[in-house]
Amino acid sequence: MLIEPSRYSTSNLLGFLKSEHPDLVKFDLDPSLISDWRDNSLNPLEGTTIIAAVYKEGVVIAGDRQATAGFQVGERRIQKVFDVDEHSAIAVAGVASICIEMAKLFQVQVEFYEKIEGVLLSLEGKANYLSNMLKSNLQLAMQGLIVIPLFAGYDLKRKCGHIYKYDVAGGRYEQESYDAEGSGGKDARASLKKLYRPDMSREDILKAVIAALWDAADEDLGTAGPDLLRNIFPVIKTITCSGIKNVDESEIKDLFLDLFEKLGK
Amino acid sequence: MASPYYVSPEQVVQDRSEFVQKGIEKAREVIVLEYQDGLAVVAENPLTTVFKVSEIYDRIAFAATGLYREYEALRYVGIRDAEVKGLTYTREDVTAKWLTNVYSQYIGGNFWQVESKPLEVELLICEVKETPASQNRIYHLSFDGTFWEEERYAAVGGRADSIVQFLDDTYSENLDLKSAIELAIKTFESLETEFGTEETYEVSIETVEIAVLDVNRGRRKFRRLSNAVLNEILA
Repeated sequence: MLIEPSRYSTSNLLGFLKSEHPDLVKFDLDPSLISDWRDNSLNPLEGTTIIAAVYKEGVVIAGDRQATAGFQVGERRIQKVFDVDEHSAIAVAGVASICIEMAKLFQVQVEFYEKIEGVLLSLEGKANYLSNMLKSNLQLAMQGLIVIPLFAGYDLKRKCGHIYKYDVAGGRYEQESYDAEGSGGKDARASLKKLYRPDMSREDILKAVIAALWDAADEDLGTAGPDLLRNIFPVIKTITCSGIKNVDESEIKDLFLDLFEKLGK
Repeated sequence: MASPYYVSPEQVVQDRSEFVQKGIEKAREVIVLEYQDGLAVVAENPLTTVFKVSEIYDRIAFAATGLYREYEALRYVGIRDAEVKGLTYTREDVTAKWLTNVYSQYIGGNFWQVESKPLEVELLICEVKETPASQNRIYHLSFDGTFWEEERYAAVGGRADSIVQFLDDTYSENLDLKSAIELAIKTFESLETEFGTEETYEVSIETVEIAVLDVNRGRRKFRRLSNAVLNEILA
């Protein structure tokens, strides 16, 4: 038989990968293989600050570009924010290898569903799927291989931006306004707490997110601010009814320079 | 012990081919045409949620005719195997040539397995060029697993030969999307005249399903054209 009917009924690619290609599903490793990795000073790269905030036309999602290895800079240009589809994105903080793997598999899974079913998976359906992926990472998380994602998207049915935050155990919590995670997350949240207002314009929300990114970089050793020497800037994406867009590096640079001018006064 | 009856391979092929051909003769056609921005795939299909044309991977589309249940399973397997290959290596390593080989094995294997029913399907596997300088690819897969490469245009389905004959005379290079779609619709109209029975109906955008692989799009080149979009293009 070409394909067992029981197999066909599922649009769950990860289930298939786990049973037929376990080598491709890194976050499902046997946890006993990686015990004591921190004691042995095997410092895998860790990604730090990620932010998401709802604004008038949709939602903005951002992340700095640094990954740390212990007390060293591990990588200056890492990507922590990924497009999932035309109307949603994921940002990840935690152990970089597992984070990136999970973001990639999540994106592939969402696209797989869309291609098989011929319709988009609902925003909440995507958020719940991510929650299940985190649950299957729980054993690794208990050993320190932690992934904390933020999932943001524009809900085409309800016509507004949405943010979901997660805990290590896969708990999924919808946020009405903003959230920030990772080592600089607390500083970014404190910053947004003062600046955030409901229904902000694109310009205002970008200013607030830039300020939050800067506060995180300023207070947290693991988070990088804009690197004017190497021209490396945080990644910021906006998601609205007309789709997902990267904010231009030149615009991000100008926003940082404006902020610095204000702070210097 | 009773020995099994001997049936010559020639007899097997003939019986099974006749059986499948009878099925495919009734199948509505799908045309793929090269146009200036890629490949346009046009199927005779008045349904709006049950498709004959679909996206497999970034630059690859699938067009099928025959029994829906059977080509739907092939479509599923193709998307799944393409994702696995893309995850194992990288996205650009997933090619139409590879996918056609995979299908050829599935379909050919089924054709020769005496205890299973041969698949009543014919497929076109289309791949849009990566850069304007490279080539579009069209692979034509037959019901017995054999396949060949086509250039510029191709068709599958019961009256595919007439379609190709019609296009031999009417197709020209570098069509824009509007002309390509109009040509496909004209081709289907010519079939209705040629094979006119009491079932003859008027071909319009409501009775066809159209998708394109557009080289100018981002990573995912596939785009299904809704009736609203088609009205805009053809206006």
